[in-house]
Amino acid sequence: MTLQEIKEILSAQVIVAARDLQVNIKMACGCDLMSDVLAFTKEESLLLTGLTNLQVVRTAEMANVIAVVFVRGKEPDRETIALAMEKNIPVLLTDLPMYEACGRLYRHGLPGCSETEEGTTG
Amino acid sequence: MADELLFEKSFNISGGDFVNAGEVASKVKKILQDLGVSNKVIRRATIATYEAEMNVVWYAREGTLILAVTPEALRIKVTDEGNGIENVDLAMQEGYSTASEEIREMGFGAGMGLPNIKKNSDEFYIASIVGQGTVLDITIRRQ
Repeated sequence: MTLQEIKEILSAQVIVAARDLQVNIKMACGCDLMSDVLAFTKEESLLLTGLTNLQVVRTAEMANVIAVVFVRGKEPDRETIALAMEKNIPVLLTDLPMYEACGRLYRHGLPGCSETEEGTTG
Repeated sequence: MADELLFEKSFNISGGDFVNAGEVASKVKKILQDLGVSNKVIRRATIATYEAEMNVVWYAREGTLILAVTPEALRIKVTDEGNGIENVDLAMQEGYSTASEEIREMGFGAGMGLPNIKKNSDEFYIASIVGQGTVLDITIRRQ
């Protein structure tokens, strides 16, 4: 599924631009616990989260998350946006709450991290 | 020589500096990319470094992280001056945490940090003295 499709399915706005909205995303994880993202998320995942602090972007950077979606319309502060821009991590914002955002993507065929093989890069 | 040192660098970590927390892990990631280390090894190293760095930021006054790279392995040694860990066996258990509400609000403090560092290491050593500090010694093989 491309980031463009994800944007449309979630009626999301792009608040940190992607270099390419056609980038392919193989799996997603919905999580507010960054420790769990670091422990269980596979490479090249999409992260949906209700947390909007700097550490979400840091975590995405360390775990090689492809893009971040902030759910339930919670806008990140300027510092978080600036860090995401610096690290080239696209950020989307949807008004949907976590369960519905994840549910819509899953219904459209985007699997979770435990169902998908790790990325083959490297 | 298999144990030839290709790269070594020391980084300071400031306790309590939440804004820059993660910068050291970010620099380590960039260095390993520039050295041509494989993506899978980089991911394990950056996750372990990030978790270790966050522990210093939260629980210590200051700390030092030394990254050493050889053709065979990465070695990451983190030494801090801080609270130390009262019961290392407990701290190594998944789900055990002494984190404050502030740490939990940032999405951490779920008791996954040290176990996750160990999970991403091939060799892992921890020693701590209460009231003095903690030492982590992490080795990740490149193959």
